[in-house]
Amino acid sequence: MRVLAAMSGGVDSSVAVALLQERGHDVVGVTMRLWGGPSDTGCCSATEVADARRAAARLGVEHHVFDFSEEFDRHVVDPYVADHAAGRTPNPCVECNRHLKFDALVQRADVLGFDAVATGHHARIVRDADGRHLVARGVDVAKDQSYVLHPIVDSDLGRVLMPVGEMTKDRVRARAAALGLRTATKPDSQDVCFITRAEGRAAFLAERMALHPAEIRDVDGRTVGRTDAVELVTIGQRRGLGLAGGADRRFVLDVDVAARTVTVGPPERLVGDGVALERVRWAGGRPLAPGTEVSVQCSAHGEVRPATVETAGGTSATIRWRSPQRRVAPGQSVVLFGATANGVEVVLGGGTSASGDGDPSGLRESQQLPGS
Amino acid sequence: MIPADDTTRPRPGPDGPVVDLDRAATTPLRAEARAAMAPFLAGRYGNPSSAHALGRDAMRAVDEAREQLADLLGCAPSELVFTSGGTEADVHAVTGGIPTRADRVVCSAVEHPAVLATVTALGGSTVAVHRDGRIDLDALAAELSLPGKVGLVSVMAANNEIGTLNDLAEVAAVVAEHAPGAALHTDAVQAAAWLDLRRVATPAALVSVSAHKFGGPRGVGALVVRSGTPLRALLPGGGQELGRRSGTTHVAGIVGMAAALSALDRERDEVVRRVSGLRDRLESELGGVPGVVPTVASSTPRLAGTAHLLIDDVDSEPLLFLLDDAGVRASAGSACASGAAAASHVLAAIGADAASDGRRRGALRLTLGHDATDGQVDRAVEVIAATVERLRAPVRRLTPDREG
Repeated sequence: MRVLAAMSGGVDSSVAVALLQERGHDVVGVTMRLWGGPSDTGCCSATEVADARRAAARLGVEHHVFDFSEEFDRHVVDPYVADHAAGRTPNPCVECNRHLKFDALVQRADVLGFDAVATGHHARIVRDADGRHLVARGVDVAKDQSYVLHPIVDSDLGRVLMPVGEMTKDRVRARAAALGLRTATKPDSQDVCFITRAEGRAAFLAERMALHPAEIRDVDGRTVGRTDAVELVTIGQRRGLGLAGGADRRFVLDVDVAARTVTVGPPERLVGDGVALERVRWAGGRPLAPGTEVSVQCSAHGEVRPATVETAGGTSATIRWRSPQRRVAPGQSVVLFGATANGVEVVLGGGTSASGDGDPSGLRESQQLPGS
Repeated sequence: MIPADDTTRPRPGPDGPVVDLDRAATTPLRAEARAAMAPFLAGRYGNPSSAHALGRDAMRAVDEAREQLADLLGCAPSELVFTSGGTEADVHAVTGGIPTRADRVVCSAVEHPAVLATVTALGGSTVAVHRDGRIDLDALAAELSLPGKVGLVSVMAANNEIGTLNDLAEVAAVVAEHAPGAALHTDAVQAAAWLDLRRVATPAALVSVSAHKFGGPRGVGALVVRSGTPLRALLPGGGQELGRRSGTTHVAGIVGMAAALSALDRERDEVVRRVSGLRDRLESELGGVPGVVPTVASSTPRLAGTAHLLIDDVDSEPLLFLLDDAGVRASAGSACASGAAAASHVLAAIGADAASDGRRRGALRLTLGHDATDGQVDRAVEVIAATVERLRAPVRRLTPDREG
């Protein structure tokens, strides 16, 4: 096949290209220029492009740079700002995968006559008994990225290749070293690529939206402090609010951007019975049956919670935890996993938390929060 | 997996001849230049600053090249400063040509980034251009009439993206009237390949050229500094180039530059006549493809080798990729260091970018060489027309119903 491989300049995508070549594919490397501003770690700075180009040259494949900065602004940066303004906690990597790597790049690959797109994600594309393509966890569970890939589960994944999902990170690095790639020892990228450590999230957002001060109250309505930016506060947050110490640990229980209030309280008030999801995409486009038992992941490298699907619609769902769990901030990706017959964990669906109240039905007033 | 033969679009292969229509980016080294350079890349390796015979031999070669180039550029040998290329010449002229940092610098809005970025860094201002890319002389007069002494005005002889020429005599007259005492600099990097700078660049006190744009080697250029024009040195050091540009002289490059321009000069009129005819045919035949429009009117005074087109419903990046695949080398505008096609400040300045009217369209710059042929034009028209049609076909997305 003729494969267009996204090369970020990191070790994973470099090794992905080598693996594709070994399988006999005709590979062309491309670095997506996504972010025009400053970046510490991102896949779009000039040094990352140069790293990708050198890796491509070492592997003997052509390398191109495609400018998708307009699409990145529109689909990742602008919604990131808008979500914060609405008091949500966005995951820009999920949006980037959804809109850039698996929409803009796939479209471009099709236009250019490529048969498939490859990335260096630690995840696998597998087939179930019906021949449906599914996103499965990568072999290296610690590096698994299937969580941030959940929006593509209903896509034509036969055109997507993720070869390093079959390898542990250690083996990826060893292979890179054996291939003489300088990226072999390059550290993993961590943070949001378009926000630099020097600038920080608050300064980045302050340049693009209005941040509002808010009162911090306890569960009895007493004012216990103030914050400069209600939009930067997340449910479950404990640090950074400048609350005076004290014996009891207090967590953010609720953020009301419109009313400019943050409610804090003890950890037992932070738990809920489940979560209501919106913008849900189901594996193969098929909603799960109510009652299905699932393992649920609510952050990129978070622990997995056992749960049951209560309701499942076209783009919405409600999930009930087997036992009460910490609530999920609105906007966070919630991904449902299940095991296949041979024990591989696959993404069955996923969406974003519709509200942070911990109530799967979404009818907050009708139920008491546990512990209240 | 989708089998390789299941793609909906035929893939063009490099089954035809390769056609280089990106000669504004660079040109192949002329045989005359290579021959002239060869001895200086071998046994005649002297440093012109050395007093011994090997050094004096090198100095003699540079002196000869300097005289030859001075004749071709319409200046005195002592008015020529050799540089590492067009960018250095531009930056040197703009930063070194203003008497003091307090003086204002002014340039047109469509200058090469070497000028534009330097003017911006000095806190200078840009002047609007007309829809065809020529500087707006009324706007220039207005800008020069603003308070604050103007030290330098920079207006390119020919634009590197759309090829439009400025009448430097007209520009110089406006500068003389509204900012007497200001030096006029012209970036003649693109112009030198097609125009006789003895005729067109004389109104400018400072003139930048670059060898590789006209068949010379990459890495060498020159700045004409007419006597009486103050110029501070950019690079201090050994005092080469009469103290105006230190650094060991690039003998082979300078000799090659002189040989290239000299060879070009002998055949210039014939080349310009022939290539402009080919360019006109290229542009008119491509203009026959639906949704393909020449960016500037064919009556606009411009470089003989430059065609620039706006193509509806097509993005430049995939267009260039597929043209490259099919053996047609082209560009969206200027060559960009990252390799990605960036938005063009030139198209924005003339109101021809997508942002100006919200329409999706790509830009295509085709720049012919002096050796352009009818066969190249035929091949380019065939490949470009087919590729544009292919790019307008529907796209298979990963998820057809993906929102937003």
